[in-house]
Amino acid sequence: MFGLKGDWSLDVKERYFTIDNYCGAQPRWCTGCGDLGILTAIHRTCRDAQVLPEKTVAVSGIGCSSRLPHYMKTYGFHGLHGRALPIACGVKSRRPDLDIWVATGDGDCFSIGGCHWIHALRYNMDMTVLVFDNGIYGLTKKQTSPTTPLEFLTNTHPDGVQLPPLNPLTVTLGVNNISFVAQIVDWNVPLMNAVIKAAHDHKGTSFVRIIQRCPVYSEEFSKSIQDDPSRLLLLTHENGIQVDDAVKRMFQNTQEHDPSNIHEARMLAEDASLLPMGLLYHNPDAVRYDELSAVGLGMSVEEKMAGLNTALDHFAI
Amino acid sequence: MTQAENVSDTKYLFKRDETWWVKVAVPRTLREELGYDLRRSLHTHDLEQAREARWAVVEELRAEIEKARQEESEVSADKESKVVDIKAAPPETKKGLQRIDEHIVEIVSDSGEGAQKCGQSFGAISGKMGNGVWTVEIIPAEIQPPPRQPDGASGNRIRFGSKYMTNMGNEADLVVAFNEQVLYSRIANSAYKPGTIVLLENMWADDPFEAIREQYRVAVEQFREMGLIVHELPMQQECLKLVADPRKGKNMFVLGILCHIYSRDTEKALDEISRIFAKKGEAVIKPNHDLFNAGYDFARENVEYRFEVPPYEGAGDKPTVVVNGNTAVGLGVMASGMEMVAMYPITPATSASHYLASDYHLTGGFVHQAEDEIAAIGFAIGASYAGKTACTITSGPGVALKTEMIGLAIMAELPLVIVDVQRGSPSTGLPTKVEQGDLLSSVFGAPGDSPKIVIAAATITECFDFVIMARKLAEDFRTVVLLLTDANLATGVQPIDRPEVNEDWFSAPPDQSVWDKNIPPYDWDEKTGLSERPIPGMRGGEYVLTGLAHNRHAKIAYDSATNQEGADMRSRKLAVVAASLKPPEIHGAAEGDLLIVSWGSTMGAIQEAVDQAIAKGHEVSSVHLRFLSPLEPGLKKIFSAFKRVMTVEINYSDDPDAPLVTDENRRRAQLAQLLRGHTLMDIDCWSAVPGHPLQPGPIEKVIIARLEELKEEASCSA
Ligand SMILES: Cc1ncc(C[n+]2csc(CCOP(=O)(O)OP(=O)(O)O)c2C)c(N)n1
Ligand code: SF4
Ligand SMILES: [Mg+2]
Repeated sequence: MFGLKGDWSLDVKERYFTIDNYCGAQPRWCTGCGDLGILTAIHRTCRDAQVLPEKTVAVSGIGCSSRLPHYMKTYGFHGLHGRALPIACGVKSRRPDLDIWVATGDGDCFSIGGCHWIHALRYNMDMTVLVFDNGIYGLTKKQTSPTTPLEFLTNTHPDGVQLPPLNPLTVTLGVNNISFVAQIVDWNVPLMNAVIKAAHDHKGTSFVRIIQRCPVYSEEFSKSIQDDPSRLLLLTHENGIQVDDAVKRMFQNTQEHDPSNIHEARMLAEDASLLPMGLLYHNPDAVRYDELSAVGLGMSVEEKMAGLNTALDHFAI
Repeated sequence: MTQAENVSDTKYLFKRDETWWVKVAVPRTLREELGYDLRRSLHTHDLEQAREARWAVVEELRAEIEKARQEESEVSADKESKVVDIKAAPPETKKGLQRIDEHIVEIVSDSGEGAQKCGQSFGAISGKMGNGVWTVEIIPAEIQPPPRQPDGASGNRIRFGSKYMTNMGNEADLVVAFNEQVLYSRIANSAYKPGTIVLLENMWADDPFEAIREQYRVAVEQFREMGLIVHELPMQQECLKLVADPRKGKNMFVLGILCHIYSRDTEKALDEISRIFAKKGEAVIKPNHDLFNAGYDFARENVEYRFEVPPYEGAGDKPTVVVNGNTAVGLGVMASGMEMVAMYPITPATSASHYLASDYHLTGGFVHQAEDEIAAIGFAIGASYAGKTACTITSGPGVALKTEMIGLAIMAELPLVIVDVQRGSPSTGLPTKVEQGDLLSSVFGAPGDSPKIVIAAATITECFDFVIMARKLAEDFRTVVLLLTDANLATGVQPIDRPEVNEDWFSAPPDQSVWDKNIPPYDWDEKTGLSERPIPGMRGGEYVLTGLAHNRHAKIAYDSATNQEGADMRSRKLAVVAASLKPPEIHGAAEGDLLIVSWGSTMGAIQEAVDQAIAKGHEVSSVHLRFLSPLEPGLKKIFSAFKRVMTVEINYSDDPDAPLVTDENRRRAQLAQLLRGHTLMDIDCWSAVPGHPLQPGPIEKVIIARLEELKEEASCSA
């Protein structure tokens, strides 16, 4: 983390990072927007892990949530709508030393970026992917998103949404080579902190769906859950997310779930009546594409010249 | 008078330098002979007079066309309709050893019979013997088309001779065919002429199926009527003496035949066979050597043609490598020091990535096959942002999908190299065929103003060199460089001088020094638009890249002044590139009647056509552009020294004689459009979308037709 220099201990002392060291521009989200809390959780996680700001990159697509990189004092890449994941994968591909965060919305990730979502999950490159799911297109003002609930009134479906929403967890858990799948709500701060920390610690793609409050355009989406805590199911296990009893007491339902059990994870995800909270699936041994794509890193110019000559030899006559 | 009447009233008429002319379109079947249209000057500047005079002239021109049509139908009276274009009696073909400057040989078979390997080997052997060589693959559209189908033709065309070759040339001189049906598609492509020697597998004459025997008999008869000199050879029968299944091995027998006919060095040929089967070991090499020797001996006993093709001067002085344009691109990527190519398979670009996938590790690189084209460029952009300039290789439809990302890279000022191996038509179009249809979309295709550098390789060597240059330009100017090649370069195989590996080609590792916090991430120099780029890992350089309008500090800013400044700075960089370029060289005299302007892979064929026209006393020159955005300087001055300037391109333009097409509404070829806007000069064009490379012969015809028009105009105004 602090480099392998002989004087690393000195380095630590010289560079201790506070939350402020990770805070970028003043956030411009609406009052009551769940994005603010998520941002704070990220700042905290960075501080707790003492990540180097210059080695941290926050990548996003386009949407309210995708403004996040601007609010970090690290490197950032505010990309294109739907394309955060390919960009983040490219950033990581030849830079194993960089710590990658991805902020993406439900439209950004599940709709326009749907193809990338599935493939990035399978690539399983080491990065923390947070989906800010407010069940709506926020930035473009209340259009239907893939997770907008049935009968919800939006500007593109003013008579109510008629198609059942997409279930991001079942889709994610259907992808081969996934390694970390979790779900949280933005208003349970202790659980959110614990899950985001675990996601950040995990080596591989950590996919966290965050049910996020958007009081402006989709208040009902989160309020219905906030008002009825019985809809939430806290997953507990010695290999899962560890929270103290105070947090456990916030939930009416808890269930022991071994995060290595993908079949059970899929069943939990299928159940529309209960929203599983915490870690659904964890496989620390999944193949990591960032380890494959970094082959040949650091080759010297002399070695490359010799390599090119070998290549040319193949075509010599 | 209504608008419509006004338009119809210039029927058959067009104006050149104030003088009115009549023009009558030539039917497609007669174009080979008469050209695209017949034109005659009315020697008047007055439209009213022209209107009256035109009818008599139209009648005359129509009579000419009718006459040609009758002659044509006499010749082809008893031909089957699917057989086209070859007519007139064959010239005398001499037997015995002849010294020749060049020949074009084709080997065609069903796919899977090894004609391609035979052709490639023959090209390599000829290269080793000091000939200039240009090889083109003949590829069917399907992977395994059914046997004995005209459009299943698979094989190779090899043009070789006593000079450096730059293009595929005109009609073939000799063809070896494994069955008669595959020849039909080549005939339809005008690949042969009266007098072309055909060495044809004769096993089909005794095929157990009557239908096949009949097809074969009819075909041989038709070929002979067309003027092809058909020799039926028992290749299968001869190979059966050595191997049980001649489908594997006949190609080496044929190689033996060809090596005897063209006096190739058998040592070199046997070496080449050992080389191609090296991985399979002696057990495979030996029977292939035997087949080769059998073919060689067979030809000595049974084939009377014998040619000698001397090496060209200077050949053999330098080490040589044999590559196609896509391999050259791949090698260029390796030589540039770029370590990441992100791609999605698309013909005809994919083979560049295939090559890299096998050899890229030699220079520490990695090929990422993305889930789609957008992800591919996104991945490359991410890699570029994180340190080292990356590359994405694709074709037109892929570039279309990447458009939004290209805009992002330009807006965010990220270095990025894009290679577009152009194919034909919009949409899925002609996936395997050549076209230069992506010029305007490359230069302009992105929302808003998105200035990028666009360059085009003219030769296979340039496919290599230009990738290295592209990487440097992308980094020096912190922008996107789009390199255009095409299917012609991609599949053309040629011996080229082996590049002398130079350490300056390779990019440096990502800078990880401390960034001076006082320098903003877009510290634009007013004069040049240039600025240094912080790279993740550089302490103090932390910034948030955004595709939104932003100021020097990479902060989102929607105000007018900031947006204008950003746009100015991005555009200024192109002015700096332009200022660093030299005017293009003129091929031929610096003044004259006609100047041909071209870009991309057509250079070799056009220069050859121009040389032929010059040799016939015509005042024609050509100029070839490598930089399309920004354009090379001095064009206006160069163009001004010629009476007419005309681009020759493989992309669409309206036939000036097409219904309703006028000088005003005519849609011109892409470079012509670019140059007209750039120079405000009346740049003419000739272009077509035949799906195959331009050949010197037809270009020469176009040149001479234009020159004749010019002469008529001159006499008219005199
Ligand atoms: C190519 C493209 N299409 C459409 C848009 C417009 N657009 C911007 S954000 C957005 C939807 C954002 O919704 P979501 O991803 O859920 O993010 P939120 O704003 O809700 O956080 C859309 C459609 C765009 N910027 N680019
Ligand atoms: S619109 Fe909704 S998601 Fe966007 S900032 Fe406001 S509250 Fe947040
Ligand atoms: Mg949303």
